[in-house]
Amino acid sequence: MLPDARGYFGPYGGCFVPETLMPALEELTAAYAAVKDDPGFQKEFNWYLEHYVGRPSPLYYAERLTAHLGGARVYLKREDLNHTGAHKINNTVGQALLAGRMKKRRLIAETGAGQHGVATATAAALLGFECAVYMGKEDMVRQRLNVIRMQLLGAEVVPVGAGSRTLKDAMNEAIRDWVTNVRTTYYLIGSVAGPHPYPMIVRDFQAVIGRETRAQVLEATGRLPDVIVACVGGGSNAMGIFHPFLNDAEVALVGVEAAGEGLETGRHAATLNCGRPGVLHGSLSYLLQDQEGQVSPVHSISAGLDYPGVGPEHAHLKETGRVTYTTATDAEALAAFELLSKTEGILPALESAHAIAAVVRLAPALPREAVVVVNLSGRGDKDVETVARVKGVEACPA
Amino acid sequence: MSRIRETFNALKERGEKGLITYLMGGDPGLEQTGRLILAMAQAGADLVEVGIPFSDPLADGPVIQAASNRALAAGATVDGILEMVGEVCKQADVPLVLMTYYNPVLQYGLDAFCRRAAEKGAAGLIVPDLPHEESGPLKQHADFYGLDLIPLVAPTSTPSRAAAICAQARGFIYCVSVTGVTGMRETIETDLQALSDLVRRHTDLPVAIGFGVSGPETAARVAPFCDAVVVGSAIVRLIAEGAYGEVGRLTASLKAALRPRAGIAGA
Repeated sequence: MLPDARGYFGPYGGCFVPETLMPALEELTAAYAAVKDDPGFQKEFNWYLEHYVGRPSPLYYAERLTAHLGGARVYLKREDLNHTGAHKINNTVGQALLAGRMKKRRLIAETGAGQHGVATATAAALLGFECAVYMGKEDMVRQRLNVIRMQLLGAEVVPVGAGSRTLKDAMNEAIRDWVTNVRTTYYLIGSVAGPHPYPMIVRDFQAVIGRETRAQVLEATGRLPDVIVACVGGGSNAMGIFHPFLNDAEVALVGVEAAGEGLETGRHAATLNCGRPGVLHGSLSYLLQDQEGQVSPVHSISAGLDYPGVGPEHAHLKETGRVTYTTATDAEALAAFELLSKTEGILPALESAHAIAAVVRLAPALPREAVVVVNLSGRGDKDVETVARVKGVEACPA
Repeated sequence: MSRIRETFNALKERGEKGLITYLMGGDPGLEQTGRLILAMAQAGADLVEVGIPFSDPLADGPVIQAASNRALAAGATVDGILEMVGEVCKQADVPLVLMTYYNPVLQYGLDAFCRRAAEKGAAGLIVPDLPHEESGPLKQHADFYGLDLIPLVAPTSTPSRAAAICAQARGFIYCVSVTGVTGMRETIETDLQALSDLVRRHTDLPVAIGFGVSGPETAARVAPFCDAVVVGSAIVRLIAEGAYGEVGRLTASLKAALRPRAGIAGA
């Protein structure tokens, strides 16, 4: 099973960090190896997933959306119903328990949409850690509600004014904090990105999504789904739902990247569709960059997808062809946001709305007996202001 | 023997500690960088590190981050900086070491980068986000072209890591004096004796200490534990302020603090 001992998924992954952090990554690798097969740890983790996170999350048949699209039956994996409103909490509870085993007393995290920051602040409060969350200043404006939530949970939200003031810059600053405070601090990465062993750890903690989905879809339909769709920024919710299906060749896996204002405009965050291999934030993966290897500015209406990199296992799955990576624009995501809200009474996160947008294109072309599962990775309450602002602009053309 | 070794051997004969200065290539422009390197060499810098800017310098503190942004905004490119290095090498003997992150090197092409850097006269290369586990491919090309790939050892490095790093090292060992990013500090709390001993147990290569050295006083305090002291942010800050004339003066006072029986604040 991938990654290999050096953290590579095929040619992607690895450990590209300053020497100061390498001993910490070795320590983390050893600590994770110890808990991975420790029934005591897994029992504790599963207890929190059930009693605190609220798992299993339902697999919901979206009957009215299905009827509206007029093709495949669409099922929603309701990660939006988890405590804190997104899939991120699965990973933060797992890693916070691991940090406790490692005797760390402080958690730090980066956040884009704020969901991972909220989930980290929540796990820190639950398990008694100090917590600092790095967040780009632009994202703090876009996701004001989540900033307040993190503060209410007792976390310090550190504004990052460097660079594009989004997720990428928050991650740079979190890594700088970690280099400085590595002896006492656990860096709780929120996506399947970063240096080894993070892409593996985050995937393993998120794979509960796919394992539940498999059991639930078999229960509901008597067979495996034809297609599973998930949005991809760094790629944790997608990896979580895809991973338990990687060996089921009959299940098509579709990742959806943010096409922003359109791939042709250059204002997008479609790393796997438009990038090429490079090193950022500790791993070799696909990267949006210029000829000189400088990381490109990216854009998405969704702060959680507004990231120029992607997890190395996704790069590998793209190249092996096991997963197909498509895109959805800001406009398609907004339309999908409204469609799901009005047909099902569910406000999806703008990130997850990208996955819904792909289903809007995909489902009508499939036969009625086909089964499509979408990972509804988060709820859209945090995005209400953004959506209102955009709609307001549309309603009053200049 | 590499030019870096020759420089350190000469320092040893003179009973001096080396001064390694750093500046960002192309900040505020390439011509100015070239002039500043020559000024530092004249003022006593024994080796100069020339930064190649990267958009996401995660091992750097605010001073060098800002320099990176200024250089990129001014249009600095790998080729431009290597050309400038070539010009400087025609005019001065001071060994130049390139310092950058892995991605710009990877995108240029490992072989092309090392070949071109060596052609232009660079003596070595430091890549702070490339730990020894990942350095094999670059090292192969660097060795081929006679470019020393200089590794970093940190206060957190374990004995087994230090041994593995030193076994592969060329040029000198760059000891990071603090757990943290680059930048000036009032005090350095790391046990520098222990760090130096850890490295010297595994190699005869010269040891340089950097990160956090802010001026002649800290340089003099750090000097007993190493063969050379690296000063970066203090110089870059002067450049940011446009105080170009001060760069030579700071270099001279740093070097004075590293000569035998030097006073604390330099001559």
